[in-house]
Amino acid sequence: MRITCPICGARDRREFTVKGAALALERPARDAGDVAWDDYLHNRDNPAGRSAELWYHETGCAAWIVVVRDTVTHEVFETRLADGDTEAGS
Amino acid sequence: MTELLAKTPCAGLLPLRAGTTTLTEVDLGQLTSLAPYRGQAAALSDALHAAHGLAVPGPGQTTESDDAEAIWFGRALVLLAGPAPDASLAAHAALTDQSDAWAVAELAGDDAAAVLARLTPLDLRASRFPVGATARSELAHMAASVTRTGEQAFRVMVFRAFAQTLAHEMRTAMDGVAARRTR
Ligand SMILES: [Zn+2]
Repeated sequence: MRITCPICGARDRREFTVKGAALALERPARDAGDVAWDDYLHNRDNPAGRSAELWYHETGCAAWIVVVRDTVTHEVFETRLADGDTEAGS
Repeated sequence: MTELLAKTPCAGLLPLRAGTTTLTEVDLGQLTSLAPYRGQAAALSDALHAAHGLAVPGPGQTTESDDAEAIWFGRALVLLAGPAPDASLAAHAALTDQSDAWAVAELAGDDAAAVLARLTPLDLRASRFPVGATARSELAHMAASVTRTGEQAFRVMVFRAFAQTLAHEMRTAMDGVAARRTR
């Protein structure tokens, strides 16, 4: 399996560490209230199919990457830098 | 008086030779990581050019001048090899002396790519990884920097503490490739 790092290009899966669902990018506002925070902390969708995950290019460039992929077919639809930066960095 | 002698990271471990392949320790001189401050990448590149005659290399690239080399070393991270960094760089980037932190060796010979392919998942074909190209990747599960320095030559860098592991893993891979070649 190869993952396309926005900075390094297509790289072997072994260079990456998977954190799991890209939940941290949807952190509720501080004052979002108990329901939103309860949902954020405890409820997981765990979809069989299209899923957005956080991957860390650990032995590569050390970027955090959002990988949108199908957890059933392993097809990768999209990868992008998790901080939304469009500049590949120097 | 005790006399302290500096030892290189690969002292007593290298050089290695197997078949047509050699692994030799390399002294890159002073090593300084340059991590540009937010929004300062262009300014750092200008300062590096003015001070050392080098552009900041883009991802996967190296740049060279007469006495210095800049190696892309990760996201928003460049390793300056050779001279002491000019003081002007500090206005644009965090500078960290890493001179003693890395074991550096050059793998050379007709089978160099075949040996390296046993240890790293990088695509080492010349069309994808030409002379001057560099990558951060894993080398026998160690975090490494790999640079193609010639058609049949690669420079590898791992943390100094892994020098012995590097020599061991390289020895095994070099012997394995050499054994297949003579069969
Ligand atoms: Zn990367």
